[in-house]
Amino acid sequence: MKSLKSHFSLIAALFTILFTIQVYQILDRSISSYEENLRANYSMVVIATSTLDEGPIKARFPLVRSLDEISPDKVIKRLEKDMDKTSLGLLRATIPKFYKLSLEHYPQPEEVDMLSSKLMNLKSIKKVESFSQTHDQIYKLLVLYKGVTQIFAFAIFIVTMLLIAKEMRIWQFQHQDRMNIMALFGAPMMLRSAVLFRLAIMDAIIAAVLVIISFSIISANGWAEPYFADINIHVNIFNYAQDSFLHFGIALSLSTILASLLILTHKEEV
Amino acid sequence: MDKVIIAKDLTLSYNNNETIINPSSFDINSGDFVFITGASGSGKSTLLKSLYGALPPKKGELSVGGVVLNNISSKKLNFLRRHVGIVFQDYKLIREWTIEKNVMLPLIISGYAKDVSELQVQKLLTHVKLNHQLGKYPLELSGGEQQRVAMARALAHNPIIILADEPTGNLDDYSSQVIWNLLEGACAQLKTTVVVVTHHIPETMKVDYKHFHIEYGSIYEVT
Repeated sequence: MKSLKSHFSLIAALFTILFTIQVYQILDRSISSYEENLRANYSMVVIATSTLDEGPIKARFPLVRSLDEISPDKVIKRLEKDMDKTSLGLLRATIPKFYKLSLEHYPQPEEVDMLSSKLMNLKSIKKVESFSQTHDQIYKLLVLYKGVTQIFAFAIFIVTMLLIAKEMRIWQFQHQDRMNIMALFGAPMMLRSAVLFRLAIMDAIIAAVLVIISFSIISANGWAEPYFADINIHVNIFNYAQDSFLHFGIALSLSTILASLLILTHKEEV
Repeated sequence: MDKVIIAKDLTLSYNNNETIINPSSFDINSGDFVFITGASGSGKSTLLKSLYGALPPKKGELSVGGVVLNNISSKKLNFLRRHVGIVFQDYKLIREWTIEKNVMLPLIISGYAKDVSELQVQKLLTHVKLNHQLGKYPLELSGGEQQRVAMARALAHNPIIILADEPTGNLDDYSSQVIWNLLEGACAQLKTTVVVVTHHIPETMKVDYKHFHIEYGSIYEVT
């Protein structure tokens, strides 16, 4: 019963770390997906006095994904009732060219400023509208969201690591007698600590399997899908191959590192 | 006769630098049965600890089975301990293991094949009259039975020396006699060197023995 209790404590602590990591993964993926949405919807407007070629602009500014001319026909059509044909012809000839500039990724405010000023250095470009205020607000919100999540995950990680270290101390105490007795008969360090490693590895595997099962269930049930759909994003809650590998890797590394530390700090009774 | 333990001006102390054993020299020959006596706190157990390398000499030189224990590496110490059998007053059995596995411990450490180990354990448990209990755990046995298991474990790997620290300290007269018989048997039949720390030398001893006494930190042979 005692041994079961000590197993449970380590499994619970490891489970908490892995669970937090997976929640952080989901948040990170949802932020990335949201950023991708913003990127797809975000564009700058460039006003030029002459025709701009997409090729040279893209070559000069790697951030630029595409440059599409905005046809003035819609606006001119609205004016057809109020203006005569000559005036309309004159307007059509003198109206500047409008371009929609799409970007490779959702830009940081500094990138927007930099791109705007560089574009303004081009002779034919008269104005660049970056809608920077709206962009800034959304971006800052995203960065804040990400930062808070990271701090939260880090705090949980530290607390759980302390719990695991404490749990391992209890283990050390429990296994001290056996390790000392084995030492008295000349058992090398690896043989003395084999049980500790076996327990640590077993608990790591159990914790990883529990997290994988939990997120597989959440993913299969589609409970979170409507929430993501509400903000128009699609998030893969659990990537079986990648996430399973990550969880097994983290759990096994943590438990074996801690078990090794315990063994290295173990002193034979005199 | 080969000297299996050689101490030259051996001085022992713990970390607090208080000297427990003053510079002392003595030899123990192969096949000897040796008693170390002395009052409580005289340093008997400290001396025994130094013989199995748990306490390194502060000064002087100590060698056991040809292995010098001054500044010994852990590899060499493990090697030495694989040739020494130890018996304690509190048995020091692994509680989570069956008595069969406890007796097998030195054989596992020395890398014996499983079938050879099982046969040896069976033989030893029969010798200590516990062959019918091999599936039991130490806490299911009486003190006397646990000490017999500890004796079987100490003999399992045919050690060159058996070191016993008050092996009968917790036992009744009957169980004590069984342990003395086992120790005498190991010395007489297997020619194993036996060093026993005790308060009282039993009157029923059948083998010749040497007697070292410790008083005020000095070791001297009682003749």
